Amino acid sequence: MSNYAYILWIPLLPLATFLVLGLFGRKYFKTFSGTIGTASLLASAVLSIVAAYQYFFVDGKVNGVYEKIIAFKYTWLAFSPNVSIDMGIIIDPISVMMLVVVTFVSLMVHLFSLGYMKGEERFATYYAFLSLFTFSMLGLVLSSNIFQVYVFWELVGVSSFLLIGYYFDKPSAVAASKKAFIVTRFADLGFLIGILLLGFYAGTLDIGILIQKLTNAASPEFTGMATASFLGVSALTWALTLVFMGGAGKSAMFPLHIWLPDAMEGPTPVSALIHAATMVVAGVYLVARLFPVFSMDASALNVVMYTGAFSALLAAVIACTQTDIKRVLAYSTMSQIGYMMFALGVSKYGGENGLGYMASMFHLFTHAFFKSLLFLGAGAVIHMVHSNEMGDMGGLRKLMPITHIAFLIACLAIAGIPPFAGFFSKEEILTAAFHSNKMIYGVALFTSALTAFYMFRLYYSIFWAKEAHVHDHHGEGTLTMKLPLIILAICAVGAGLVPFSSLITSDGAALETHVDMIFSIAPVTLAVIAILIATAFYKTQNDKPAKAAAAFGGLYRAAQHKFYMDELYIFITKKIIFPLIGQPIAWVDRNIVDGFMNLLANTTAKISALIKGFQSGKVQNYALYFFGGVAALAVVFIYLWK
Amino acid sequence: MTGVPLTHILFVSTALFFIGMYGLFTRRNMITMLMSIELMLNSVNINFVAFNKYLFPDKLDGIFFTIFIITIAAAEAAVAIAIIINLYRSHQSIDVEDATEMKF
Repeated sequence: MSNYAYILWIPLLPLATFLVLGLFGRKYFKTFSGTIGTASLLASAVLSIVAAYQYFFVDGKVNGVYEKIIAFKYTWLAFSPNVSIDMGIIIDPISVMMLVVVTFVSLMVHLFSLGYMKGEERFATYYAFLSLFTFSMLGLVLSSNIFQVYVFWELVGVSSFLLIGYYFDKPSAVAASKKAFIVTRFADLGFLIGILLLGFYAGTLDIGILIQKLTNAASPEFTGMATASFLGVSALTWALTLVFMGGAGKSAMFPLHIWLPDAMEGPTPVSALIHAATMVVAGVYLVARLFPVFSMDASALNVVMYTGAFSALLAAVIACTQTDIKRVLAYSTMSQIGYMMFALGVSKYGGENGLGYMASMFHLFTHAFFKSLLFLGAGAVIHMVHSNEMGDMGGLRKLMPITHIAFLIACLAIAGIPPFAGFFSKEEILTAAFHSNKMIYGVALFTSALTAFYMFRLYYSIFWAKEAHVHDHHGEGTLTMKLPLIILAICAVGAGLVPFSSLITSDGAALETHVDMIFSIAPVTLAVIAILIATAFYKTQNDKPAKAAAAFGGLYRAAQHKFYMDELYIFITKKIIFPLIGQPIAWVDRNIVDGFMNLLANTTAKISALIKGFQSGKVQNYALYFFGGVAALAVVFIYLWK
Repeated sequence: MTGVPLTHILFVSTALFFIGMYGLFTRRNMITMLMSIELMLNSVNINFVAFNKYLFPDKLDGIFFTIFIITIAAAEAAVAIAIIINLYRSHQSIDVEDATEMKF
């Protein structure tokens, strides 16, 4: 085993950047803070790629299996010899893959932002926040202790809050950042309880030991956890479902998805980084990290599977009706993450059965590239048009040729057209679903066709259709804005060719997969048909979309209003939780808790007002009291004491 | 042991004590107050010596206490005068009523 200690620098470099830019950025590095952030992240990205090369191709493999390596460990808070909160670095296939994805996408976003955010008043602050986010995300993926995961999980939440609310003078951005923070915080409550349950039964918070103990069906920890039950459900299922709840909050799974579309209020490159490629897949990563434990409990996996599949379908239907291009992309992200989730849900641990796990990670990997490309492309379009609405766009292919080609490649990739990246990962997911659950397979197939449809609806609305009146006063953007698009487009084409199945599997051993041509016919044909429909509908302006919308009637209107989820939440919070729970509790707090404290304080104040006259500050009065006391005591002792 | 009975001596010491107490309560000048305290201490000394002499003639405890009190009184006077001097420096006065900073 060789030395991986240098991996510590990968998260520490962005942290240092955050501190430097956060403390001194606005004063001293106003113009070149972007360069500092980008340079430090470039170093991180290079280190990550070196680490990935070293791990996957040089010395990570022992007897044909990729090992878990603890590269660094520092016991931070020790509660007992077994239970401690550590700060550690775990190196295994998924963490190394995430390192590469996070640093790479973050680097692209840093680069893109140099042009996109140019001239912003809080340019340095923006880069400081980006660095903070990158640091938190890297810490999260490298965590070796489940509590460390939680610490970084919250840090990610905070930095996401800061970035969504970057335009804090815009009330909608402020509301969106609050919404994102509160919804994910609510989900994290479940996560925390899940962690505590796991820690309580397994007697440790270390992920490696935890997995070791809870995957051995004969161990006392496992039997204890599987037999203890609450409301007829075993403690293991409770713990895993609660942990999944945390993951579902961050990954915007139904019914905790409501924050993601609103989070698009942040700057577009931020959406590309946080709400497409990195933070929202944290939930998937969390389930994958604990997957050996999840695989011991079928009911928890079923929850993951059905939540994932339902979210994928729901989001795809909503995406077909939205007109804000970033919201379309947000729902498409939610849909794709649903794919990853149910792929984990249908998977088992080890060998051939672990196909779903590998497919999920594969899709995470490819999705990061094409989705960040889509967001950055959308950013370039918004930069040009100064609007998020599809209605203001159209015919941009002549004005922005590079963006157009890159966007087309990303759309083909997400639609699953061979040989683009999305095709390979989606095929694996569909294969895994097909072998495990036919209903899920059907949902996945239908969603895949919907994906192709709404992506091309988006594509045609932006780049074809009518000619929009755009004042082209700064061209397509600077070189730093075009370069990430080109690099990511190359990745979106090529990422599917990575021999993923031999690198990242549930048990670390290589897995034989092959693309089955006959199996691929159905999804590819459906996708092509969907693209053709989209072409007919949206390539030139016509009245077909309106007719189709009318034909769907109620469904269309419901989808356009996001199935009234926001209204439902507002109804529940404002009509049920606030008056029935919040206000009584507030009353108790104000009148009984505060009242008691006020009573104590008032009584003390009154008594002291009464007796403070004695403290006259005149030394002779004190002497008088003293002699009076002595005389009184003398009387007591001489005459009254019997 | 003839002549002066014990009660006479106790009269003297009681008178001395209350003269001191009166001075302590009525004077505003700190030096005078210090002198009053010395008076009270001396009345106690007289009591000690008298009781020792009249009640336990073969013991010396009362005498020892008296010597002890005289020593303490000397030290206390030094400290008190130091305080008074400092008070004078900061307030240009040794009137107790002028030092009111610590009052509520």
